[in-house]
Amino acid sequence: MLGLDKKDTSLLIIVAILTLLAPFILNPFPAGSAMAQFNAGYPDLMQRFVIFGIFAIGFNILFGLTGYLSFGHAAFLGVGSYSAVWMFKLLSYNVIPAIALSVVVAALFSLLIGYVSLRRSGIYFSILTLAFAQMSFALAYSVLSNPKFNLTNGETGLQVYADDPQIFHRDSLPDMPHLFGLSMRSTYKLDIGAWSFDFNAGYYLCAVIMMVMFYLAIRIFRSPFGMMLRAVKSNQQRMNYTGLNPRPYTLAAFVISGMYAGLAGGLMAAMDPLAGAERMQWTASGEVVLMTILGGAGTLIGPVLGAGFIKYFENIFSKINDTILHQWFSFLPDGLEDFMVFIVHPFIGKGWHLTLGILFMLVVIFLPGGLVEGGQRLGKWIRNRGKGAAEAKTKHEPAE
Amino acid sequence: MSNNELTRRGLLRTGAVAGAGVALPTIFTASSAAAYTNEPTGATVTLGFNVPQTGPYADEGNDELLAQQLAVEHLNGMGDGGCLNTFTSKALKGNGILGKKVTFVTGDTQTKSDAARASAKSMIEKDGAIMINGGSSSGVAVAVQGLCQDAGVIFMAGLTHSNDTTGKDRKKNGFRHFFNAYMSAAALAPVLSKEMGADRRAYHLTADYTWGWTQQESIAAATEAMGWETVNNVLTPLASTDFSSYIAPVLNSGADVLVLNHYGGNMVNSLTNAIQFGLLDKVANGKDFKIVVPLYSELMAAGAGENIKGVLGSMNYNWQLDNEGSKAFVKSFGEKYGKPPSNSAQTCYAQVLLYADACERAGTFNPCGVAEALEGFEFDGLGNGKTLYRADDHQCFKDVLVVRGAQNPSNAYDTLEIVEVTPVEQVMYAPDHPMFGGAEASLGECNSGA
Amino acid sequence: MDAIILQILNGLDKGSAYALIALGLTLIFGTLGVVNFAHGALFMIGAFCAVTVQRLLNLSFQTVDETQKDFLGNPLKVDTPYVEAWFGPEVGATIIDWSVPLAVVFAIPIMLAVGYAMERGLIKHFYKRPHADQILVTFGLAIVLQEIIKYFFGANPIQTPEPSALKGSLDIGLMLGFDPNAIIYPIWRLVYFAFSVVIIGGVFAFLQFTTFGMVVRAGMADRETVGLLGINIDKRFTIMFGIAAGVAGLAGVMYGPLNPPNYHMGMDFLVLSFVVVVVGGMGSLPGAVAAGFLLGILESFASTTWATTTIPGINQIIIYLVAIIILLTRPRGLLGRKGVMED
Repeated sequence: MLGLDKKDTSLLIIVAILTLLAPFILNPFPAGSAMAQFNAGYPDLMQRFVIFGIFAIGFNILFGLTGYLSFGHAAFLGVGSYSAVWMFKLLSYNVIPAIALSVVVAALFSLLIGYVSLRRSGIYFSILTLAFAQMSFALAYSVLSNPKFNLTNGETGLQVYADDPQIFHRDSLPDMPHLFGLSMRSTYKLDIGAWSFDFNAGYYLCAVIMMVMFYLAIRIFRSPFGMMLRAVKSNQQRMNYTGLNPRPYTLAAFVISGMYAGLAGGLMAAMDPLAGAERMQWTASGEVVLMTILGGAGTLIGPVLGAGFIKYFENIFSKINDTILHQWFSFLPDGLEDFMVFIVHPFIGKGWHLTLGILFMLVVIFLPGGLVEGGQRLGKWIRNRGKGAAEAKTKHEPAE
Repeated sequence: MSNNELTRRGLLRTGAVAGAGVALPTIFTASSAAAYTNEPTGATVTLGFNVPQTGPYADEGNDELLAQQLAVEHLNGMGDGGCLNTFTSKALKGNGILGKKVTFVTGDTQTKSDAARASAKSMIEKDGAIMINGGSSSGVAVAVQGLCQDAGVIFMAGLTHSNDTTGKDRKKNGFRHFFNAYMSAAALAPVLSKEMGADRRAYHLTADYTWGWTQQESIAAATEAMGWETVNNVLTPLASTDFSSYIAPVLNSGADVLVLNHYGGNMVNSLTNAIQFGLLDKVANGKDFKIVVPLYSELMAAGAGENIKGVLGSMNYNWQLDNEGSKAFVKSFGEKYGKPPSNSAQTCYAQVLLYADACERAGTFNPCGVAEALEGFEFDGLGNGKTLYRADDHQCFKDVLVVRGAQNPSNAYDTLEIVEVTPVEQVMYAPDHPMFGGAEASLGECNSGA
Repeated sequence: MDAIILQILNGLDKGSAYALIALGLTLIFGTLGVVNFAHGALFMIGAFCAVTVQRLLNLSFQTVDETQKDFLGNPLKVDTPYVEAWFGPEVGATIIDWSVPLAVVFAIPIMLAVGYAMERGLIKHFYKRPHADQILVTFGLAIVLQEIIKYFFGANPIQTPEPSALKGSLDIGLMLGFDPNAIIYPIWRLVYFAFSVVIIGGVFAFLQFTTFGMVVRAGMADRETVGLLGINIDKRFTIMFGIAAGVAGLAGVMYGPLNPPNYHMGMDFLVLSFVVVVVGGMGSLPGAVAAGFLLGILESFASTTWATTTIPGINQIIIYLVAIIILLTRPRGLLGRKGVMED
C-alpha cells in the first residue's frame, strides 16, 4: 500500500490508529478518580506529543541515518515558531500560510547552518551546531528584541497584539489560530459513564500532519537516498573511495530534518500563538536528542515513543505534589504513610528532573537501542517462553 | 464516583467541529456548554498554583507555594485564619469560597514561558482550575496572563516587576499585586538623593532583556529628574555568570554610583563581584562610592550574604513591616514553616485571598464578575497597608519599601532593614503613562470562556 | 592603555577557570577517549565541597538567650559553632574564616574518590561504545548529580567567602605608575590565577617528569603498544581520570569566593569548556590551556563598552563566533596534533 511493504504498512496503520484514538487511549482512568492524575488525554499535552513526535522523527532522519549528532536543532524549531507568529501578525490567524512559511524559513536557515557545519564531522559538527544554536538563542533573547528592530519580543515571547495589521482578518473569523474558520482550540467533549474524552481540532490537525510526516520518513528510510545516508554512517571513507561525495546527501538530510523541526515549530505556534526564545536554547536541542535516543535512534517508531515519554514526564510527574502523595498512601498507617511520602518525595514534583535523569541513564546503559529495543526484548522473551525452553535454545534469529 | 465530579471539568470552547454531529447513542452524554470556563459544579473549587519548581528560581517558587498552601488552609477555616482576621473586607467566612471547599493543583513554570503556559494549560484543561496564581518572572507572567485571557480564567500574577505586565501587555483577566519598575524608581530616587546628594554620576549595568531595559529606563529617568547624571549604561548578557569585566572599568569612568539592574543569580554575582573589587571602600569625585540594587528579594539577599551591607534597594513587602495584617501573616507563616515569609510569598498569599474575596463579593466564580469586583477595590489588612486595585490597568497601588542591607543583622532573617516607607501618592502614575504603553494600551474585553 | 591591561587581567582570571576545566576534559579525552559531559558537574561538586566544609565548621549547638527575641517574639536561640567552643572564639572564628582554603585539603581526596568511582562504576563500560553514547550517559549523570546537590543545598546560591585577610583589592595601576584607581584588581582573583598556574604547572610536570607520567603519555600516543609491553595502562588511566576530576574539583573550590556556588554552575560552564577544548585542539593539553586563557581574554575585550557599541550584542556571541571561525579554518584546533579527530 502507498509503495510500502507489508511490514511498514502495518506499522503505519498501527501509528494511525494510535494517534486517531489517542483521546481514548490516553485517558484510561475515570475523571475524578485518584488515578486521573495519570491521564494525559487533554488537548495541550496530546498536541505536544505529536508535535514533538514530528520534531523527533525529523531529527532521527539526520542522526539515526547519518550518525551526525546535531546539538542545534532547536534553533530551527524556534525559527519556525517565530515565522508562524509573524504570519499571524501580518496576514491573519489562518494556520496554513503560517505553517508553510515556518517550513520554508527553517529550510533556508538549516541550509545555511548545515552548509557551514557539515564541513566537519563527529564532535566538531556537534560543537558547530551547538555554537550556531546558542548564538541564535542569545540574539533572539536580547539583541533582536530591541525597541528599534523588534523581531522576537525577547523575554516575553513574540505574540499577536490588537494593533497588528492582520490584513486578511475578518470579524467572522475566530480571534485565535484557525483553519479556514475552524478554531484550533475547539474541543468536543464526550462523557461516557465516568469517563470523559476530549476531541480537539488542533490535535487532529497535528495528528494528520504527523502521519503524513511519518509516512514520508518511512519512504526516506526505504529509499536509495536513505541507503546513501546509512552508508555515510557506516563508513564515510569507503564511500569517498568509491567516488561518491557524501556532502550533498548529508546536507539534504540536514535540511530535511531542519524542515521537520520548522514544521514542528510552526505547529506549536499554531496551537498556541506565542514564540519564546527558550525554544532555541541548547537544552531544548538536548531534549530532542534525549527523545530520539530514549525511543531508539535509527528506528522508525522510536523517536515518537521517546517524545511521548519525555513530554509525559514533564507534564504529569511535575504536577504530583505532596498532598497528592498523601492521598495515595492514605490507606497505610500514619507512620508508614509519612515514610512512603518521604521516600517518594524527592522523585516527583520538583524532583522530576532527577527521575528523568536516572531513567535516561538506565536506558542508555542497559538498552542502547532505546525503548524499541526494550519492547523487542520483551516481545522475544514472551515468545520464547511460549515456545518452551528447549525450542528457544535452537532458535536462530535471522540477521536483518 | 459522583456525577458532579465529572462535569467539574469544563471545556475550552465548543467550536464548529464539536457540532459535526457524530450520531451518539443515548448513554454518551456530551456535556453541555458551561456558563464559563471550568464552572465549579461540585462541592469543591480548584485553584491552580503555577510556580518555578525547577531551575534557578526553584527556592523562590517553593516559598510561593508554601504561602499559597497557607492561604488555602485559611480559606477553608483551618489554622489560625491569618489575614482573614485583619482583612478589611469581611466577605470571607473561613468556609471555602462561596461555600465550596478550596482545593489546589500545582505546576512547574521552569521560569520559561513555554513550560509555564504548558503547565497552566494542563491545570485549566485537565484539572479544571478556575484561576492561575503565582510565577517568578515577568516573561512568564506576561505569557501566562495572555493564555488565561484566551482561556477565560483569572490570572493573579506573582513576582513580576516589569512595567509591561500591567503596561502594554495588560489584560482584562490579569491582575498584579506586586509593584513595578516605575514604582521602584519613584520610591528610590528621593531616598537616594537624600542619602547621597543630588549631584551624583551613575553607572548602570543592565541585564540585556525586557525587564532590565524597563528597570534601567525607569531608574535613569527618576534619578536624572533629581539632578543625577547617567555616565554609562552597559548591557550584560543574561547568561553571564561572572561580571568582573563589566565591573572593572566602573571606577575609572568618572562615576560615583553603580546601579545594578539585575535580578536573581545575575544580581547575586554582579554584587559579589562589585564588592570584591572593593568599590564600596573607594572614594570617587570626592564622595564615597555607592551601589544601588533597584529590586531586592530575601533570597537574593541570602545569596549575596554579607555583600549587601549598606546597599540600597526597594521591595514590595518585608516581614518586619509593623501593621496588623503583616503581623498576623508573619505569625501564621512563621509558626507553620519556621521562617518569616519572603515578599513574593506575601504577594502570592494576598493574591489568593483577594481572589477568593472577590468571588464572595461578586457571588460568582465567573471571571467577568470577579474582575469587576477586583477593579477599583480598596482594602487593608493584608500586610501592605492601604491598597487600591486600580481599575484602569489592574495594578495594585500601595506604599513601597526602600530597604538597605543591615550592618549588623542579629539573625539570618533581618539582613534587610527598612529605610523608608514611601507613601503611595509618590509612586502613582497615570494609566496612560508612556512607560506603560501610552494611550494605546488597553485591557481589552473580559473573557469568561463561554 | 590602563583599560587594556585591566581587560587582560580580567581575561586571564576568567581564563583560569576555563583552562582548568578544559585541562581536565582533555586529560580524560586524551587518555580514555571519552567525551565527558559530566565534567561541569565535577566542577560544581568541588564548589560544594567548600560549601560542605563551611557547613561542617559552622555546626553549632543552640543556647536560648532570654534577653533577645526572634522574629516571632519567642526567646532567641543563639548558635555557637562547636569549633568556637573547642578552640576558643578567636581561633574558632579564624578557622571558619579560612574554610575555603581548608576545603582544598578536603576536596582533593573526595574528588579523587568521586573520579575513581565514576570511572570504575560507569565510564569503564562505555569505552567501546560510540561517542554519542558517552555524551548521553555522562549528560544524564550530570543532570542526576546536579539534582542531588539541589535536593540537599537548594537552588539559591550560597556564599563561600574568601578569608578576610584576602578580601579587598589591590591598586595595581599605582604600582605600574598609572593614576590611582585606574587598575584595581581583587586579591582573591589574583590568588585564583596564581592557583591555576600552579595546578596547570603541576599537572604538566607530573606528566613530563615522572615515570608514571611518561607511561601515561606513551599510552595517550599509542595505547595498544604500551599494553603489549605488559604495562597495565587501564589502571593508570583510571588514576588520570581521578586526577582530572581533582583538577575540576579544585577549580570549583577556589571559584566559590568569586561567584557563590549554585547547583547549575556546572552546566553554565559545560558548553563553554567544550568550546575551549575544541578550539585548543581535541586531546592537546597545552592547547586546552592556551585556548582557555585566549577565550577568557577575548570575552573580556568583547564586553567593553567600545566593543558592544561597535557591534551590539558581540558580548553574547563572541565565544561561539571564535569557535566557528577556528573550526572552519583550522579544524584540528590551535595546538592540536595533525590527524587527531581531524575530519
